[in-house]
Amino acid sequence: MSHPALTIHLQDAEATDQIARALGQRLQVGDVVLLQGPVGAGKSHFARSLIRSLLKEPEDVPSPTFTLVQTYETVSGAIWHADLYRLSDIQEVEELGLVDAFETAICLIEWPDRLGTLTPESALRIDLVNTDDPDERVLSAEWSDKKWEERLEGWSA
Amino acid sequence: MPPARTILGLESSCDDTAAAIVRVTDTDATILSSVVAGQTDLHASYGGVVPEIAARAHAEKLDICVEQALTQAKLPLRAVDAIAVTSGPGLIGGVVSGVMCAKGLAAATGKPLYGVNHLAGHALTPRLTDQTPYPYLMLLVSGGHCQFLLVSGPDSFSRLGGTIDDAPGEAFDKIARLIGLPQPGGPAIETAALKGDTTRFAFPRPLLDRPGCDMSFSGLKTAVLRTRDALISTQQGLTRQDQSDLAAGFQAAVVDVLIEKTRRAFAAYPIAPNRTLCVAGGVAANMAIRAGLETIAKQNEGTFVAPPLALCTDNAAMIAYAAAEQMQKRDPDDMTLSARPRWPLDTNQPAMLGSGKKGAKA
Repeated sequence: MSHPALTIHLQDAEATDQIARALGQRLQVGDVVLLQGPVGAGKSHFARSLIRSLLKEPEDVPSPTFTLVQTYETVSGAIWHADLYRLSDIQEVEELGLVDAFETAICLIEWPDRLGTLTPESALRIDLVNTDDPDERVLSAEWSDKKWEERLEGWSA
Repeated sequence: MPPARTILGLESSCDDTAAAIVRVTDTDATILSSVVAGQTDLHASYGGVVPEIAARAHAEKLDICVEQALTQAKLPLRAVDAIAVTSGPGLIGGVVSGVMCAKGLAAATGKPLYGVNHLAGHALTPRLTDQTPYPYLMLLVSGGHCQFLLVSGPDSFSRLGGTIDDAPGEAFDKIARLIGLPQPGGPAIETAALKGDTTRFAFPRPLLDRPGCDMSFSGLKTAVLRTRDALISTQQGLTRQDQSDLAAGFQAAVVDVLIEKTRRAFAAYPIAPNRTLCVAGGVAANMAIRAGLETIAKQNEGTFVAPPLALCTDNAAMIAYAAAEQMQKRDPDDMTLSARPRWPLDTNQPAMLGSGKKGAKA
């Protein structure tokens, strides 16, 4: 079970960049971040900012919508950026090798509802929601694994 | 003059499984056969390409495609001079299937093996179909990619700009889904837009206010979504006319952005007597985009080349052809050839995708 734990108002895309980079600084191999929210909420934007801030060499961070998974070597270890939007069967998640990556990489997963029972309990859930202001987003984070309390200390400060 | 080169090409990096035989001389290229086993029917019910189904289907269909390509070309496998295969970028499962199949064929026949960049295949297609002279300007719109390239040789591509977030193909697919149109989104939106009013909704033209050839489509997607939500909340649903008007407004915005950025890309194209604007990739099938590009080429006193649709979308003839050009400049690959999910054509340019300072906003 997850518990609502943190709500952050993000004024604009720049604020989203900052909070994404700050989360990136706190991640370690074995961490799974589930990025939820409707189309256009800024999930990919969040993931890109996070990944770019950790890359050893600047490189393109394309949308994983077509390729499902993009992997990166970063200063904090391997990052898997997955977009499960097009998946329909839980078996396809296993075929992707994503379950192994939960242990061996940092995983950022868009459309994580497709994971079903494969959703790792230790994951950090991040929900992005639009508001009436086109630039503004509300981010809420939930977790059940206590490691996140320590990991996220000072994150939104 | 070197003799003709006959190349077997394999392609399996996204939706389609394909094999083709192309014969290339110094002056001419002939497609002896081009087999494409599409998976559109398989995918339609899932709202897009289902990747793992695709990987399995590639593995099952590749050898059959190769056999058909040889039969149609009336050639035995030993008559082929080299084996070319897409080794990236793309869906990793599909690319691996193709590379493994090609390695097997190369090992069994002793023929040289060439791993080809899928995007190079698209980018060189105007030479296969129209003998377009180097250098030419290329708008390459395919799957997750959308970029302007100046093509100066079979392995010489400089990127002038491109999308910093979503590619148009992705935007078409997602918008179609948002407004209740079938997949694939490109043709569905184009058809709906024919009956739509482009002026009813004012959608943004992202990055038009900024110099250069970079583009953004993510913010446009969000704008369409907001308009859709507003319509649904005031009238409890979308009428067919709403769908058409949303499709028309969205498509018009994409066309405007592509056209204006193409105009700027022309400015970076050295003045020469026969400047050529080429377009390739699935979205090139969109008639509104095509017409706009044709106009830009005319205004710049250039030629417009859009290869036939069957060669604009994924196929193996382009892979065979790219290898035929590249094999005169480089050695074959060995059995260590591996599949690359990402593989930029121009490694000299700074990274672009996801580099939007202000994110995806207009």
